[in-house]
Amino acid sequence: MKVLLSWLRDFAPFEGDPVALGDTMSDLGMAVESLDRLGEGLDGIVVAKVLDLRPHPDADRIQLVDVDAGDGEARQIACGAFNMAVGDHVPLATIGTTMPDGMEIARRKMRGQWSNGMLCSGRELALGDDHSGIFVLPSDTTPGHDVSDALGIESDVLYDLEINPNRPDAMSVAGVARDLAARLGLPFQLPAPSPATSAVLATERARVEIVDTDLCGRFVGYVLHDVTVGESPRWLANRLTALGMRPINSLVDVSNYVMLELGQPNHAYDLARLGGGGLRVRRARDGETLVTLDDVERRLTTDDLLICDLDDVPNGIAGVMGGEAAEISATTTDVLLELAWFQPMAVARTARRLGLRTEASARFEKGTDPEVLELAGRRFAELLGAEAQLAGGLIDERGDLPAREPVRVRTARVNQVIGTDLDTGAVAALLEPIGFDISGADDGLDVAVPSWRPDTETEIDVVEEVARHHGYSRIPRRVPRSSISGGLTPRQRDRRRVRNALVGLGFTEVMPMPFLAPGDLARAGLDDDGIDVANPLVAEESVMRTSLLPGICKVLAYNASHRHADVSIFEVGHVYNRPSEPDAVLPDERERVAVAIGAAEAPAAVQAWRSLAAHLGIGHSLEAAEIPGLHPSRAARILVDGRDVGSVGEIDPDVLAAFDVPGRVGWFDVDLTTLLAQRHGPEAYVPVRLYPSSDLDLAFEVDDTVPAATVEATLRDAAGDLLVELDLFDVFRGGAVPDGRRSLAFRLRFQAPDRTLTDAELADLRTRCIDAAQSALPATLRG
Amino acid sequence: MIDDLERLHDAGRQRVAAATDLDALHEVDVEVLGKRSELSALKQKLGAMDADERRSAGRRLNEVRSALEVHIAERRRQLESDARRARLAAERLDLTEVIDTTELGHLHLVTQAHDQLEDVFVGMGFTVAEGPEIETEWYNFGALNFPPDHPARAMYDTLYVEFGEPESTLLRTHTSPVQMRVLEANDPPIYVVCPGRVFRSDTPDASHMPVFHQIEGLVVDRGITMGDLAGTLEAFTSAYFGGAIHSRLRPSYFPFTEPSAEFDITCVICEGSGCQTCKRTGWIELGGCGMVHPNVLRNGGVDPEEYTGFAFGFGTDRLSLMRYGISDLREMFTNDIRFLRQF
Repeated sequence: MKVLLSWLRDFAPFEGDPVALGDTMSDLGMAVESLDRLGEGLDGIVVAKVLDLRPHPDADRIQLVDVDAGDGEARQIACGAFNMAVGDHVPLATIGTTMPDGMEIARRKMRGQWSNGMLCSGRELALGDDHSGIFVLPSDTTPGHDVSDALGIESDVLYDLEINPNRPDAMSVAGVARDLAARLGLPFQLPAPSPATSAVLATERARVEIVDTDLCGRFVGYVLHDVTVGESPRWLANRLTALGMRPINSLVDVSNYVMLELGQPNHAYDLARLGGGGLRVRRARDGETLVTLDDVERRLTTDDLLICDLDDVPNGIAGVMGGEAAEISATTTDVLLELAWFQPMAVARTARRLGLRTEASARFEKGTDPEVLELAGRRFAELLGAEAQLAGGLIDERGDLPAREPVRVRTARVNQVIGTDLDTGAVAALLEPIGFDISGADDGLDVAVPSWRPDTETEIDVVEEVARHHGYSRIPRRVPRSSISGGLTPRQRDRRRVRNALVGLGFTEVMPMPFLAPGDLARAGLDDDGIDVANPLVAEESVMRTSLLPGICKVLAYNASHRHADVSIFEVGHVYNRPSEPDAVLPDERERVAVAIGAAEAPAAVQAWRSLAAHLGIGHSLEAAEIPGLHPSRAARILVDGRDVGSVGEIDPDVLAAFDVPGRVGWFDVDLTTLLAQRHGPEAYVPVRLYPSSDLDLAFEVDDTVPAATVEATLRDAAGDLLVELDLFDVFRGGAVPDGRRSLAFRLRFQAPDRTLTDAELADLRTRCIDAAQSALPATLRG
Repeated sequence: MIDDLERLHDAGRQRVAAATDLDALHEVDVEVLGKRSELSALKQKLGAMDADERRSAGRRLNEVRSALEVHIAERRRQLESDARRARLAAERLDLTEVIDTTELGHLHLVTQAHDQLEDVFVGMGFTVAEGPEIETEWYNFGALNFPPDHPARAMYDTLYVEFGEPESTLLRTHTSPVQMRVLEANDPPIYVVCPGRVFRSDTPDASHMPVFHQIEGLVVDRGITMGDLAGTLEAFTSAYFGGAIHSRLRPSYFPFTEPSAEFDITCVICEGSGCQTCKRTGWIELGGCGMVHPNVLRNGGVDPEEYTGFAFGFGTDRLSLMRYGISDLREMFTNDIRFLRQF
């Protein structure tokens, strides 16, 4: 919402520094997004008359213009605009002028031709946004006069305010002034127009009927006759221009002016073109269509409210946009002026469904003031002045308006919420200036909320008003003493340990978006059953991932294409699966951790997983398995206490090819929720054994089909309690070892807690281990 | 006798000095001071001398012997030191010719920011809560006092998913639904922050992503006021950004808080003197906050007459952008290793 300081001053005597005034608006919740000083820096810009226009001999986009700046002399100007004609009056920035944007005008050559100044656009004059051509001045201006005098421009301040959705009252200049005057303790005065009326009676010339009273709470109609549509006075046009509206003609301009000033959208109909001489307010029929003023055919539903004439021909969508049927034209003489209150939610729904947000709908959907309608009508007629006759009386039809009950506001509650120590009188003194009607009650106040504050319905709404006008910055600050002890949950601490352990192992954390393109899951060798986004921005982001694999593949491909194929990366993120329970309210959402090692094979992934598991103190086993998305003979399930927590191995080469990832990629992927729910971390201390230890190296030749883990488990079982360490330290194929078999060498360290082991004991342990391996497995001891 | 001793002394000194390694010195030691040395032979002759001569010759002999012992010991120390120096010199390494084989890992900036924020709030007595990213319409809007069709819903460009009834399930547009889950699951006192990933139907540009990150705070206890809110945000601001950075509240509107406020902090770039980043105001808008709306407390099973509370929330990705001078939010999510390994 834009407001001019001069316009605000129509309602209250605001003085002082405009910046400080802006700060006060911000402090009241009407945040100043920009502050512009208008009409300053126009010294040296004068009215000039175009004498001649001719092409530049050496440039197509520049023409040469001779102007008379009041002294009768022709000055040549080179100009890039072509919208003026001989005889037009235009603004000329003379030599030596400093423009509002700081540019200094000097005599200079453009493509070899002298330019003795600059002709200005609206934007160059800081009078608006128009930069499409030169700002052609009215013909009654005098060459040589200052443009600012000629246009009646007074220096002014333009504020652009951000208005919160709960402040419909501040969607008007008067509303902003009311709030600001209250804070500053200044008297606030609304306009009190009393335009003369003719002998004609409005009720005799037009009729209005509200059919759907639930959507239209009130409809006030005024009749204006003997209307002549002309140009608006310059001051009014200037104000509209400053607030970003283009002046059209006196009728349209006044309509906009009233809306901006009082917040009441309104609509003027050509009464002669209204069938039946009036209006009917009714719901649209399903599929009914209407061409709106922007020349678009709109298809409507029974949720939409129409303004029709009494022949039932639609003339506009209530609160959103008018239609063409009874549009005002140059021949209009009689006008029916609509001032109505429409149900906010209904307007919001219609505007949203049609994708049609207008100045009117933006106000109606927040809730307009049903009591400002007559004032707005009289103000309309007053501003139109002699260009129309106002018929006597008014049409005033009523539908359903929300009931407004007084709100009980307990003084203690005010202070309980805000943290102040206000007494009842102080609370009342903050509310009365913004129009709240106060009467005393036992424990506080009964507050009648004004009609322009539909947002304020309950005690807490009023408390907010008290806080706002007291000033948020004046509330004494204190830090509450938390009555609980802060900290992370074990799960949150563990997740940090997972991340930090992976970083320590050289992995970098990535965060691909959780959206996938259709087909990504299938390309990753997974079931293509991701949950779809109903309204995706783009198709590439329309499926929720069920696995971290596709997203990581894309990251690998991206980095490989930038010559970093060997990245080691991880992600901790959510995946979203269809729930197994048919009546689940939400998808099965889980947190997973995935690790990818570019340019590496499965063993690197196993080492990384083992390091992470060791760091967390999680015992696990691996079980060879075919896992979707992974290399079919280089993948294993990770089991913790027999429970499947994830998988490790190498990404399937076909998957890598589908995502344009070169080389091989080691991979593991674990369900963090399940993993961290398993028992982990050190438990009871195992005393360090202090007697001498003895090592035993054993190498077995074993079939490739027998997992090393099985050999290891067999040895561990046979070695018993005296075994303190067991490591696989060498794997050997070829040479004397036949095809299909390999040599596995283990080092076993034995140590007793209470004695030095004897040679006989060690020999016995050796025999037991060898026998166990050779009898239980197809394994033979190697010499 | 004395002359012989002087001769042996001089000769011994010369031989010790001439020994160039420890083995040679050992030989000299044996030859000069050993049992078969001339010095030992002279000692044998002392017995045959008369008492006076024997006393003076004996004293001199002992003096010569000790002097030679000292020479040998000194020479040994020197040779040992030379040998050690030579041995270590042979082990010389150029420590700049080392080949890097280990790549360092890096946490994502989002994680770094959230860890830091959590730590600050944990220090202030908060716990950390989390919730699902796919949420029900109720937790994201309804429970937070957004009535159906309320225009305030249009403030959030919501992405819905095809799950259950149309528009019943969505990608959470803010971390606030976690507030409601915390309220439902716990009795006050509640001091909690909820960091997490949120979603909006925003086309990516320099300051928008459809996926971004927020942290939410919720305090519900007896006697909590707006003054506690302002004080907590001020304490957080100086703890996280440093003592030169302050906070202020401006009235705003959110359906789930009332009174509601925007909270601004001193511009971290210019520290309040005015610059491009803060549009010369000295302040930058950080997030939204307010007193928890009584309807929200009621929806969470808390009696708003007995307990009051405040909530606040802000985007966290911007903190990293400001801290490291990253001008485009999209860069944080390209997952380019050349970006990630800088932090």
